[in-house]
Amino acid sequence: MRLLSLRPGRGANLLLPAIPFILLILAYTIGSALRHAGNPDDKLLPGLDALVGAVRRVAFSPDKRTGEYLLWSDTLASLTRLCAGLAIATVTSCVIGLTVGLLPYLRVLLTPFIAVLSMIPPLAILPILFIMFGLGEASKIVLIVIGIAPFMTRDLALRVSELPAEQLIKAQTLGATTWQILARVVAPQMMPRLIDSVRLSLGAAWLYLIAAEAIASESGLGFRIFLMRRYLAMDVILPYVAWITFLAFLFDLILRRLQSGLYPWFAGARAK
Amino acid sequence: MTTISLQNVWKEYEGKVVLEKISLEIAPQSFVALVGPSGCGKTTFLRMLLSEETPTRGRILIDGAPLAPEPTVDRGVVFQRYSVFPHLTVTENVLLGKEFAQSKFLGMLYGKARRKAIEEADALLAEVGLTGAASKYPAQLSGGMQQRLALAQALITRPKILLLDEPFGALDPGIKADIHVLMLRLWKETKMTVVMVTHDLSEAFRLGTRVLVFERKENSALEPDRFGATITRDIDVWPPKHAAWATPAGKKTPAR
Ligand SMILES: Nc1ncnc2c1ncn2[C@@H]1O[C@H](COP(=O)(O)OP(=O)(O)O)[C@@H](O)[C@H]1O
Ligand SMILES: [Mg+2]
Repeated sequence: MRLLSLRPGRGANLLLPAIPFILLILAYTIGSALRHAGNPDDKLLPGLDALVGAVRRVAFSPDKRTGEYLLWSDTLASLTRLCAGLAIATVTSCVIGLTVGLLPYLRVLLTPFIAVLSMIPPLAILPILFIMFGLGEASKIVLIVIGIAPFMTRDLALRVSELPAEQLIKAQTLGATTWQILARVVAPQMMPRLIDSVRLSLGAAWLYLIAAEAIASESGLGFRIFLMRRYLAMDVILPYVAWITFLAFLFDLILRRLQSGLYPWFAGARAK
Repeated sequence: MTTISLQNVWKEYEGKVVLEKISLEIAPQSFVALVGPSGCGKTTFLRMLLSEETPTRGRILIDGAPLAPEPTVDRGVVFQRYSVFPHLTVTENVLLGKEFAQSKFLGMLYGKARRKAIEEADALLAEVGLTGAASKYPAQLSGGMQQRLALAQALITRPKILLLDEPFGALDPGIKADIHVLMLRLWKETKMTVVMVTHDLSEAFRLGTRVLVFERKENSALEPDRFGATITRDIDVWPPKHAAWATPAGKKTPAR
């Protein structure tokens, strides 16, 4: 039997995915135990009780100074920025990407410009954003938008130009105007692809969010992690990282569900 | 009553002559079948009739007037693939032509207008035998059903001319025979002029009232791009099955 013909059964399908996670936790626990055997005050790999204690502190008891539940106020601050950035980037890239992909004049006018824009390393212009928009929310949101909107716009324009020419001709023979083609033929077919594009951009959006929060902020998940680094508080940093990972995973899951729920035709159309 | 007239039409792409010296009068209500070797310019010919391409030389007239510069609602089309919209159900695909005509801004019909349009769409779907599939998406249909849908979709706007580019080329023989019967019936009922490209000679003679053969007359080994294809044969199919002579009672008579 060739290796590539061996397929896991039903039980294995459930069990196998858990193995890497279990191994990681096991390795951590062993490492933590070894370090604590050498030095009971070790901060690098806090044990389970220390992690639980830290989570209890940041998530379920009010902060002594501000009276806030840190994890939740940080999450709220970060998600507000992230969602604002994602929403603005999605709307702009949708409007520009659809029209650039469909209208030859706009395509010639804007394609090179957008290509150059998307080459600018967003973090390199973060200082400019701080100067222009101050250290408040605006600069962080703008960084996320600048970081992902050019990619999403290019991606969408490309997807529009990949629509079979037959479809656009067909729509015209059915009497459609440019606007009607945009509204009934192009935009509806691009919505599930836009969701794909958002999913691909999520990682980058988190990256820019955390970078901006790390550099200039008083709240947010990224701010907290970088603040805790000064105290070597791995017991707080690790749960925060796990929490961010979980949130990112959740976003992706929601978008995937949204795609298959709202656009049931898409899976069949994509398979071709 | 629609006549199509081509006057010394040429098509070149960057110095490569694809079609040359095409002069042709197509009588109203004819069913013209176009055959020829692959790559000889049949699709190009059809694309010129659609206004997707413009002739390099010569003129194309419909009822004496020059062709509009873009595809218009008086010329319907069915391609071999991608003729229907994957994001719309069968009914919505057929409805689309109505919606474009009646709702200029949204391209969507609601309420009473929509119910009326759906009635019309359903009648057309029954005509092409797709009643049971009304709420399915194209990806859930077989190739033959997709082409039936494409026909219904094109016909709802009542085009004067229907252009078909190898519409049944990918279908199995049995399904093809059924759809041929349907095609002839639709053509007789709608009285439109049909121009169909096919690579299947028997299909051309079964459906067409007139068969045109496209071929390169001359070939130059030194200059392969110098000569294009033209009409080398123009055959009136016998016995005539012209729409005007079709008996109304013989609606369901298969023309096989
Ligand atoms: N847009 C184009 N640019 C350049 N050459 C083209 C273009 N479209 C078609 N051709 C050429 O014209 C010739 C005829 O193509 P086509 O009309 O598709 O042939 P057929 O449909 O008869 O198989 C081919 O040699 C093809 O390479
Ligand atoms: Mg062809």
